Amino acid sequence: MKYEAVIGLEVHVQLNTRSKAFCSCPTEFGAEPNLNTCPVCLGLPGSLPVLNERALDCAIKVALALDCKVAERLKFDRKNYFYPDLPKAYQISQYDMPLSYKGYLVIETKEGEKTIGITRAHLEEDAGKLLHEGIKDGSWVDYNRAGVPLLEIVSEPDLRTPEEAYAYLVSLKAILQYLEVSDCDMEKGHLRCDVNISVRPEGEKKLGTKAEIKNLNSFNHVRRALEHEIKRQIEVVASGGKVIQETRLWNPKEEITVSMRRKEEAHDYRYFPEPDLVPFTVSREKVEDMRKTLPELPVERSRRFMKDYGLSRYDAYVLVTEKGLADYYESCVKEGVSPKLASNWIQSELFGFMKARGLALENIKVKPRDLAGLVRLIEGGTISGKIAKDVLPEMLDTGKSADEIVKEKGLVQVSDTGLLERAADEAVSENPKSVADYKAGKKQALGFLVGQVMQKTKGKANPALVNEILRKKLG
Amino acid sequence: MDEFYTWTIKETAEALRSGKATPSDILESLCGRVRAVDSKLKAYVNFDESRSKKADFIKAKPLSGVPIAIKDNISTRGWETTCASKILKGYIPPYDATVVRKLKEAGAIIFAKCNMDEFAFGSSCETSCYGPTFNPWNTQCVPGGSSGGSAASVAADLAVGSLGSDTGGSIRQPAALCGVVGLKPTYGRVSRYGLIAFGSSLDQIGPFTKTVEDAAILLGVIAGHDPLDSTSAPADVPDYTQAVKKDVKGLRIGLPKEYFIKGIDPEVESAVRGAAKKLESLGAKIEEVSLPHTQYAVATYYIVATAEASSNLGRYDGVQYGLRVPSSDLVEMYMKTRCEGFGREAKRRVLLGTFVLSAGYYEAYYLKGLKVRTLIKQDFDKAFERLDVILAPTSPTPAFKVGERLDDPLAMYLSDIFTIPQNLAGIPAISIPCGFTKGGLPIGLQLMAKPFGEETLFRVAHAFERATDFHKKRPAI
Repeated sequence: MKYEAVIGLEVHVQLNTRSKAFCSCPTEFGAEPNLNTCPVCLGLPGSLPVLNERALDCAIKVALALDCKVAERLKFDRKNYFYPDLPKAYQISQYDMPLSYKGYLVIETKEGEKTIGITRAHLEEDAGKLLHEGIKDGSWVDYNRAGVPLLEIVSEPDLRTPEEAYAYLVSLKAILQYLEVSDCDMEKGHLRCDVNISVRPEGEKKLGTKAEIKNLNSFNHVRRALEHEIKRQIEVVASGGKVIQETRLWNPKEEITVSMRRKEEAHDYRYFPEPDLVPFTVSREKVEDMRKTLPELPVERSRRFMKDYGLSRYDAYVLVTEKGLADYYESCVKEGVSPKLASNWIQSELFGFMKARGLALENIKVKPRDLAGLVRLIEGGTISGKIAKDVLPEMLDTGKSADEIVKEKGLVQVSDTGLLERAADEAVSENPKSVADYKAGKKQALGFLVGQVMQKTKGKANPALVNEILRKKLG
Repeated sequence: MDEFYTWTIKETAEALRSGKATPSDILESLCGRVRAVDSKLKAYVNFDESRSKKADFIKAKPLSGVPIAIKDNISTRGWETTCASKILKGYIPPYDATVVRKLKEAGAIIFAKCNMDEFAFGSSCETSCYGPTFNPWNTQCVPGGSSGGSAASVAADLAVGSLGSDTGGSIRQPAALCGVVGLKPTYGRVSRYGLIAFGSSLDQIGPFTKTVEDAAILLGVIAGHDPLDSTSAPADVPDYTQAVKKDVKGLRIGLPKEYFIKGIDPEVESAVRGAAKKLESLGAKIEEVSLPHTQYAVATYYIVATAEASSNLGRYDGVQYGLRVPSSDLVEMYMKTRCEGFGREAKRRVLLGTFVLSAGYYEAYYLKGLKVRTLIKQDFDKAFERLDVILAPTSPTPAFKVGERLDDPLAMYLSDIFTIPQNLAGIPAISIPCGFTKGGLPIGLQLMAKPFGEETLFRVAHAFERATDFHKKRPAI
């Protein structure tokens, strides 16, 4: 029997506000432990929360970008549980009236676009962090992160494969970057993911029993954990067993998920309305104003790239999913070079060289204008693509423009037919066998001869011209 | 030497301004009184004579040099604040509550922390980890609670004025039992920032004073919007001392029939009815009114307040501050710390609150409680459409004996039967002395007004005070 997986994701996004969700402590990462704290985020007796408006604005932007409805009333609730990283023994969150609900996200799959429902997105505060390393008795707590604003985005169980889950995360991250509401730095825990996963026989409508895998902090972990968990659940079901409703943890070292707690051990969070924050009306005017000022989002941009620049769906998708990359590309195109050629050069050559050198787009010496310069030389026939592949790494290393390098090294493509005729004559007379092969119908022999001419001109010959000359000579 | 300690806030401030007395005269006089009397009353859990020397005396400030005592659940920077609970012993707040900051800015000297029921859970000031406070009028009796220390300190002239907190009568009931003025302001009138929370949607800080005018002065200092408390109201603070200048002619005062019920002490009832007559003679119009949902108030309160309390008290877990009972693992540490740190009543309320919020019970208890709360509020809204003030007893009985109700939580909870609906509705209410029992115990009169109607309360309370002598009588301690 064939099985299909049903996957839903809960993503916790750290919003990039300067101060925390309910106090004015800074949110900067990497400060000395417990430096960025005050009576409020330490939950000291008598302290009270006051909502950071900027966190609300960020959350509304995301809600609108996901085409969610924005609640009329903003209400917070307390989620009660005991843990040393939770200073008040409750987390201020939203329970029955989330800030936003009923939206969707478009993802890119092998079969094309797919729409994934968004159940809800709500505001809450982060907890602190336990430190165990190098501490002999017990643990220490760092409350710098306590009270940092989070947006929890919950998807419908519309995802079917680990690849779709991965694509969902890529698309979501792109939106967050376009909105500039999160730095999306995985290493700093700006995006954390819980997955809900169940399996069922293909064609079955009823959902199987789900397991939750908590606190995955990289997209790859999500994919690998899902691959493992789907396999595990199918094995259980196929052998006549039953999946148990439980929370599991991903062990990335051993690449397995392990049971953390069963349903009956699940917490009763005793949610109730947070009495310290009075519910208030979210102004419709404000929401509509924010909707009007939303930036162009990845899906729209991708569609525009396809339409305006004639890019393939895949090329457009790759370019738009990193905002910085798409911006780089567009700046390049604005220099007046061929959009397709620019896309090719960015996606194959520039990426390749950057990867080899471990460089990031933000700090390479080749600015969009420089890359456009290179593309322009290729387009105009001044240099061949082959030569350009030698020029680009030098641009990356030295920061010089393509023009400069080409001039300095005399790499200008030879289109002087007299010169090329002479080189072609030489190649023909030195390689009689290839000439005979070509005449006998082995067309690929021509390539060898073209290569000989390129060698004689140190790669600077215009390959198209050489082709034409040789073809003429050989009849 | 003059007995400065007997003075009111108004008298003290005027004497200080005119140079008739210095702040240290006042404080020394008070401290002498505390040394002489407080061993019998135990009103204070923390007392610092040196505070007067540290304070700058600036004449222009309204409370310059006036000593004020603070309930021990209000945070004082650098000064232990324990809520009279073992679990908070040794906790020193790194910040001042907004009311403390405002008092200091007004020049007041905060020199003592008052005893209370542990975490304000109680109506007798007996559940304190420091032991009970006793009633100045009869030390075999309780002073009421939870702000028993704050009430006793003012009644016995150990403080010129004090602050307490009121979640279900914790200012008004001890004020009544100790024969002083106690005001619970409108919810949101005074910032709760720094008040260690019991029932966050019910708690309000308010003054204890010897006179109504003093209460108006003190409220004027501590009231107002606080950007640190989202539940504090942005409404302007009027000059409350102007309100006491008006008479009560033409004011409509309602007597709710649900507050004059069987079981109410006959001496209390007759004193309160007498007070109504007195106000009528002063020109007010007295009529009967019905607040039909009153009977559900106590039940509702013990759902809402304990639910909030169970959550508010979660943070006392031995991790950051206060008591920690060392243990080999985390859960054990939690259990041992909370088991040892909380007293019986605190445990009872945490358990009750946890229960009513639990999955499967939330709708039946907490949600229903919220609905009844709305109905109780609507009772008042409707009544205040035609009434200016509602008049009732503060407590159904005068002060009861120490230990009498400690093992009978229901009897104890019923001490607050008349002071709970106002917190559920968020309206202001004041308790003032209106008589004495044959045994010499004070009786309290409660006046209620619509939200932000404190001026009306002061107006009526002051008119009554001026026409009577009950507030002048002092306990013979």
